[in-house]
Amino acid sequence: MKELSLHVLDILQNAREAGATLVHLTVEENLDEDRFSLEVRDNGRGMGEETVKRLKDPFFTTRRTRHVGLGLPLLAAAAERCNGSLAVESAPGQGTCVSAVFQWSHLDRAPLGDMAGTLMSFLLGEPFCDLVYVHRRGRNDYSLDTREVRRELHPVEITHPAAREWLAGTLSQAEEALGLPAAGISGTPSGGKEV
Amino acid sequence: MPKLKSLEDLKKIREEAQRDIRVRLDTGTKVTVGMGTCGIAAGARETMHAILEELKERRIEAHVTTVGCIGMCASEPLVDIEQAGSDRITYGSVKPDMVPRLIEEHLINGRVVQEWVVGRLEKPKA
Repeated sequence: MKELSLHVLDILQNAREAGATLVHLTVEENLDEDRFSLEVRDNGRGMGEETVKRLKDPFFTTRRTRHVGLGLPLLAAAAERCNGSLAVESAPGQGTCVSAVFQWSHLDRAPLGDMAGTLMSFLLGEPFCDLVYVHRRGRNDYSLDTREVRRELHPVEITHPAAREWLAGTLSQAEEALGLPAAGISGTPSGGKEV
Repeated sequence: MPKLKSLEDLKKIREEAQRDIRVRLDTGTKVTVGMGTCGIAAGARETMHAILEELKERRIEAHVTTVGCIGMCASEPLVDIEQAGSDRITYGSVKPDMVPRLIEEHLINGRVVQEWVVGRLEKPKA
């Protein structure tokens, strides 16, 4: 994956597939401690201890459409090559928390990339899953709670074209608020050709 | 933080959207993008972005959504187009630069772009 935000999208989709109705996504860029951490905490069905142990095995998956499960192993490999690590906490009925830590300044750390695109893709997925997004970067922070958005919109769906546009707009404001570098943020890179 | 300021806009959206909500539900065009690990790695997010932009530009109201992996990982990004009363068509290896033609031919002119089709699901019998 060329951007960390693509990993984020992948883990968010796992949460949806686990039946989550609410996901807390926290991105924390601690520049003083040179640490970049991602956390996805969902209220899905969770997993037993045996399953959690096998998550980093790419040949393990609970799906039946194919025989490999690459999402978490790829994220683990990305974190580990940046002096970081991946941790998964879960219990049946208790939801799952996936957290990945990277050395912020590590040369191999992929850029965060298009978070707005990731969150849009996630929020338009079905069945709908609410998202609480918190992003801290140095002294700046940003948060979005889709439960608030939906309360305002009700009974109009968040996937309505007009609401969709509002979301895309508000998420690109986030990048400004956080002082993220402009490159590779809202503009879609031509790529997506390599893993 | 800018979040609360723009929450105000949502009220306006709500009022406007409620008026046309019924019309849209009846026309029923649905575009689905595969967003499993395989789709994401193949650039499905960018493809989806291109679809949203194209629909916005041409003022087409369609429901756009994502799904997980359906097992045709080698043909990702996969895009399904479903229109009320027509077969559901799956297109494979849809790159962002293919999106304008796809939208124009399939959604506007009503012609399936045969060379990009990887699957077809017949419409349910009434």
